[in-house]
Amino acid sequence: MQNFTPWSALSGGAMIGLSATVLMWLNGRVAGVSGILAGGAGISDPGDRSWRLMFLLGLLLGSAMVIYLAPGQPAFAPRTLFSPDLLVVAGLFVGFGSRMSGGCTSGHGICGIARLSTRSLTAVLVFMGSGAVTVYLARHLFGVSG
Amino acid sequence: MTHTRRGLAALMSGALFGAGLAVSQMINPNKILDFLDFMGSWDPSLGLVMIAGLAVTLMSFRWLLHVPGPLLDIHLHLPTKEELDSELILGALIFGVGWGLAGYCPGPAIAAIALGTAEPMIFTAAVIAGFLLHRFVKND
Repeated sequence: MQNFTPWSALSGGAMIGLSATVLMWLNGRVAGVSGILAGGAGISDPGDRSWRLMFLLGLLLGSAMVIYLAPGQPAFAPRTLFSPDLLVVAGLFVGFGSRMSGGCTSGHGICGIARLSTRSLTAVLVFMGSGAVTVYLARHLFGVSG
Repeated sequence: MTHTRRGLAALMSGALFGAGLAVSQMINPNKILDFLDFMGSWDPSLGLVMIAGLAVTLMSFRWLLHVPGPLLDIHLHLPTKEELDSELILGALIFGVGWGLAGYCPGPAIAAIALGTAEPMIFTAAVIAGFLLHRFVKND
């Protein structure tokens, strides 16, 4: 186990759980960022754009507040040497796959499992699996790094 | 008026989410890759983030999903599909490949834009392109 940061993981995770709770409690919506981004970008759910844009703005602002105002932040050096071409390929896969499966780590993981959805649990297990295989191939076989 | 309140609620929720991602360092792609790197330098942090998040939502949703409606809307907006199909599994597979390659998914990428580096912006733009590609392929 390297670089394990249990306390920030627990507190950050609880904040994420709280965020999903607030959105469900007040707006009755699943805090699934892929869906929120697709709607915010005008690609799906026409007519329901404004709350999505506000959520995305909040995402940016909340992160910025921690990065620039909290002591000891950012707690890591941002990665800058990763291949832009691979970033694009990865982004295409993530975008395509999230729409195809109907969610991502927040939608399926944090919200879907909480709803006791078999679809979401399956999705999480599958993408954890393909993620792990990809890391193994990319990192250990092909030496991809940044 | 309710529209504004929903927008503010979403803003608040988003801010909590973004702050949580930054606090837990999920905006650091190496931390994600280290979690998925079961055979190598394993970092369980992401697992703990999910457990902590789920600890909250499993409890809160037990109550929230059985109210007649949310505070600021007439009814809940929940996914309706329940059956497992090939699109779900193939889509999750594809998602995982992208995630395991770059160490980003939509939420952390957008939050990471606050760092001011180019990576998260490039990735997010590509995610949106991926959305469009899916819509195009689906409508064929």
